[in-house]
Amino acid sequence: MKRTWCKHLPAAELLIKGGRVVDPESGVDAVQDVLVKKGKVAEVGKSLKAGKNTRVVDAAGMLVLPGFVDLHAHFRTPGREDEEDIATASAAAAAGGYVAAFGMANTDPVVDTATILTGLSQRASVDALVPVGFFAAVTKGLAGEELTEMGELGAAGAVGFSDDGQSLKTAAITRRALQYVKVSGRFVAIHAQDDSLFKGGQMHEGPASARLGLTGIPSLCESLDVSRALDIAAYEDADLHVCHVSSAASLEAIARAKEAGVRVTAEVTPHHLVMNDEVVATLDPNVKMNPPLRSEGDRRALVEALRSGLVDCVATDHAPHVSEEKDVPYEEAPFGVVGLETAFSVLHAGLVEPGELDLATLVTRLSAAPARIAGLEAPAIAVGAPADLCVIDPAAVWTVAPHTLQSRSWNSPWLGNELTGKVRLTVAAGRVAWDDRA
Amino acid sequence: MPKRDLISIEDLSRADIELLLDTAESFLPVLERDIKKVPTLRGRTIINLFWEASTRTSSSFDLAAKRLSADTLALKASGSAVEKGETLKDTAITLSAYSPDIIVMRHPSAGACQTLSANTEASVINAGDGKHQHPTQCLLDLFSMRQNLGRDLDGLKVFIIGDILHSRVARSDIMGFRMLGMDVTLVAPPTLMPRGIEEMGVKVEYDLANLKQADVIYLLRIQRERIKAGAAYLPSLREYSQIWGISQARLRPGQRVMHPGPINRGVEIASDIADDDENLIAHQVFSGLAVRMAILYRTIVGYSDGAASGEVL
Repeated sequence: MKRTWCKHLPAAELLIKGGRVVDPESGVDAVQDVLVKKGKVAEVGKSLKAGKNTRVVDAAGMLVLPGFVDLHAHFRTPGREDEEDIATASAAAAAGGYVAAFGMANTDPVVDTATILTGLSQRASVDALVPVGFFAAVTKGLAGEELTEMGELGAAGAVGFSDDGQSLKTAAITRRALQYVKVSGRFVAIHAQDDSLFKGGQMHEGPASARLGLTGIPSLCESLDVSRALDIAAYEDADLHVCHVSSAASLEAIARAKEAGVRVTAEVTPHHLVMNDEVVATLDPNVKMNPPLRSEGDRRALVEALRSGLVDCVATDHAPHVSEEKDVPYEEAPFGVVGLETAFSVLHAGLVEPGELDLATLVTRLSAAPARIAGLEAPAIAVGAPADLCVIDPAAVWTVAPHTLQSRSWNSPWLGNELTGKVRLTVAAGRVAWDDRA
Repeated sequence: MPKRDLISIEDLSRADIELLLDTAESFLPVLERDIKKVPTLRGRTIINLFWEASTRTSSSFDLAAKRLSADTLALKASGSAVEKGETLKDTAITLSAYSPDIIVMRHPSAGACQTLSANTEASVINAGDGKHQHPTQCLLDLFSMRQNLGRDLDGLKVFIIGDILHSRVARSDIMGFRMLGMDVTLVAPPTLMPRGIEEMGVKVEYDLANLKQADVIYLLRIQRERIKAGAAYLPSLREYSQIWGISQARLRPGQRVMHPGPINRGVEIASDIADDDENLIAHQVFSGLAVRMAILYRTIVGYSDGAASGEVL
């Protein structure tokens, strides 16, 4: 079943020489050459020779990794093409080392019919630089009342179902969704949030919100809804995915459910893994997102959960906003930050370098794990596999600046910051999607 | 000299605060003259932007600037381009064309001063932003304390009572009072006490059992909105007044009551205290003028002692 689409590009002919190949799927961590022929991995080994029409990429000192998969992005298409479209979002994905990315359904109009989904997949077949796919809404118009035609949407290629951006309003509709989703063979992804506790919230509730005078969003707001959905998934024996987990309390609920055999997966964003609520003291609108950055204790628990696999994968929650929307006082700014192009850099420099997470685990959580949740074959640097890989210079320093990202928006928490680690080359589905050899 | 903003009380060191209070004191004789004006800031431009209702703060900033001979310009949201949808960023760029030295701003949103400051060369003084900060209120409160209770505030016991959750004054005061070594206790209904506030170095209590320990009782306004359906912070103002309201019967001799105003008689403060000469409420308003003169003056001439204010009077 096709779940991703991209435009036609010539098949890659490449010899990637002398990079450190780290592919936990194939159990490889060694300096190797990788030969790509007709878009497939033809050979992995030492001192490989390039053929006539093969481009040689000097990867000495660089990492050669299986390409990443993002389960959670906002392409803003249809409706807000001023913020992002499929071409720019897929270019941002490529520049971040991603070989597949999935867009959420909270567009205008909402992706709640097969007609809209097919329109998007046709658009992607023309515009997308890397394979992209789409979530369909759980409820019509994200209104939380009537289910979408999950059978037809699944047949049209929806990767899963989510009302992301909003909670599933009631236990009853959550239950109906988890019952009916089985007709599609897919899963329901929840944006866990108790709306009555969220109301007016601006940041994580805790000592920092007390000091700053911003209305708090308690971690309870997330964990209550996570617990409710887990109970329903257990009762209905259904597949549940928890989006952007942010709190230790939610992790505890997920751990209990996994132990009890509930089929639940979970994702965490790069920003929740490397920042805590103290940074909100800057009142920079680009550190405002939902769920909010939580306490240092929550952050540490998320890192540990990602390490152990309790949280299955990293997802960016890439949420572009035009500068006019973010260039306002913190309290008036919309939630959301872009993340596709910075994910690996911030996680590598923020977690791997300091020894909080090993590189192979990070690669699995960025690549094979989310691919499996999406129902894709896990990217692997193995002979015969389609070339889905990226080449990263872990020491390259670059600055996140307006107009310099592939994304149409630059509402990044790292705007103006120097980051270490830059993706130099991305090969997605056997095609060169990003080439930034400095 | 790089521009100096006053957005949070944390932008000031203890030495800065003491210098501001000394400077305010040096302005007091000016305010007692028949001609209450000095030429200190002649030719300087100060813009007052009040996007939210204000009586005390806006009038005292305006008068403070005039006492120092600065040119002033006052703008309010109603009747300005804000009503036509102009963003704060564009308002900042527009007003900066007049090369103001200082923009004083009150705004309903936390973060507004940062937005303003990023888009103007002028120094930004925060006259209240959302529930975040109100640093000039803290400074005038400190000035009133110092004038009435002695210069050394170290160890003074202050109880701040009321709606801590929604109060920018409480946040600035907690920081400023702690910086000067005071012992701060917060008292509020549990629904109006921010979670985690004790990490600011304060004691947290939910009733007035220990009120006798207080040297100063600082009351905060209780707004009617807090009892509305959907908010449900309080069941009634009547119950608030019974449990947390301050009347003479609850005070011991020598305790001084402060309030940033406007007061709610019969809610957080009984009339017998509001009408009593012993309270510092009117003195706080008086202090507002001298302290805001000192803030405008120091923002322009600098926080170093080199330019002692006495020399320029």
